[in-house]
Amino acid sequence: MRLLHLFLVFSLLSVLALGGGNSILPEMRYMTVNRLNWLTDAQFRSIYSLGQVVPGPNMLMVLVIGHQLAGWLGMAVVGIAFFVPDFIIALSINRLWIRLGGWPWRMSIQRGLAPVAIGLMISGTYTIARLSLVNVTTVVIALVVLAILLWRHINPGILVLAGGAVCMLLSR
Amino acid sequence: MDTETQAPNATSERNLRPSLLKIFRVFVSAGGLSFGGGAVAYLREYIVREQGWLDDEGFLGAMEISETVPGLIAVNMSVIVGDNLRGVPGAIVAVLGMLLPGSISVMALAILYQSNNSNPDVRHFLLGIAAAAVGLLATVAVQLGRRQFGKLPDAAIVAITFFAVSILKISLPVVLVTLGPISVWLYRPSASPERQPGEHLPFHRGPRHHLFRR
Repeated sequence: MRLLHLFLVFSLLSVLALGGGNSILPEMRYMTVNRLNWLTDAQFRSIYSLGQVVPGPNMLMVLVIGHQLAGWLGMAVVGIAFFVPDFIIALSINRLWIRLGGWPWRMSIQRGLAPVAIGLMISGTYTIARLSLVNVTTVVIALVVLAILLWRHINPGILVLAGGAVCMLLSR
Repeated sequence: MDTETQAPNATSERNLRPSLLKIFRVFVSAGGLSFGGGAVAYLREYIVREQGWLDDEGFLGAMEISETVPGLIAVNMSVIVGDNLRGVPGAIVAVLGMLLPGSISVMALAILYQSNNSNPDVRHFLLGIAAAAVGLLATVAVQLGRRQFGKLPDAAIVAITFFAVSILKISLPVVLVTLGPISVWLYRPSASPERQPGEHLPFHRGPRHHLFRR
């Protein structure tokens, strides 16, 4: 039953991820924390953070949620639910795309969905900010990372790890 | 996105029907070396500059599709590039390669975390990571916003979307099926015929690539 539930939730999230994974963070938190009581906010935040320090796409955190809730089978179910629908959609649209080249609505869809995707991305940022900016230290870490990245192109992976180290040392 | 010329040997040695193993290896490299969400920049490095499987224009075309369809952009890119090179099997090995290094790492960390989650140092370390990630996400938002907030319909749609999801807490499916069509309608084909190709997508020349440019 839980496996079916995991499958349904993550396949829905999969098809809602307009403009990338950050768009679905508010919905994922709502579903897993508030609606289904699978995780606490602190667990959700920690799992999000685990996803930030590994290579590749950031949203591999979904595998950890599946594992936490239903073991290795849960991880496999979430992996399939989260990646297969998008795989099929991307593959189909890729094959249609060239044929849609002369269709005037193709550009309208592309152009119209872009600001919605940006709004969702900002909502994702807001969700993580509400969960993680809990004291002066964390607010300062976020602002310093923002300032550094606006000023210089630095590999953000290094800054993310540094943020973790600073928070750990200052909280001792 | 910057437009340096391809490595000189890229075009002469390019093989547009690479083996599945070769595709897998290239995507494992891109998936395994990109930290902090820069997988797309690494893909460009490998696919355009090193392998010559796509030129810059082809890469941007694949990015357009990746950003318009749902899903993680780096994964969608893997599907499209893999499909264009070797069809469905190519797409499958590309996605598996992109996801494999991160999946193994994140599960290893998850198991470590599950046995140490009462350790305050671990909890504070992860809290700091989330806080730093907010700085990173905000950077992307600011840089996208610089391009997008100047124009009124765009800025309004961005603001309404944020307000609907984060303040009114309307569920995402409802937001997408209402605001999506409205926004597409605002950019309907007859609305602004003078648009230039290439200025449309907020992401593809956007900050992600600049952030991770090496």
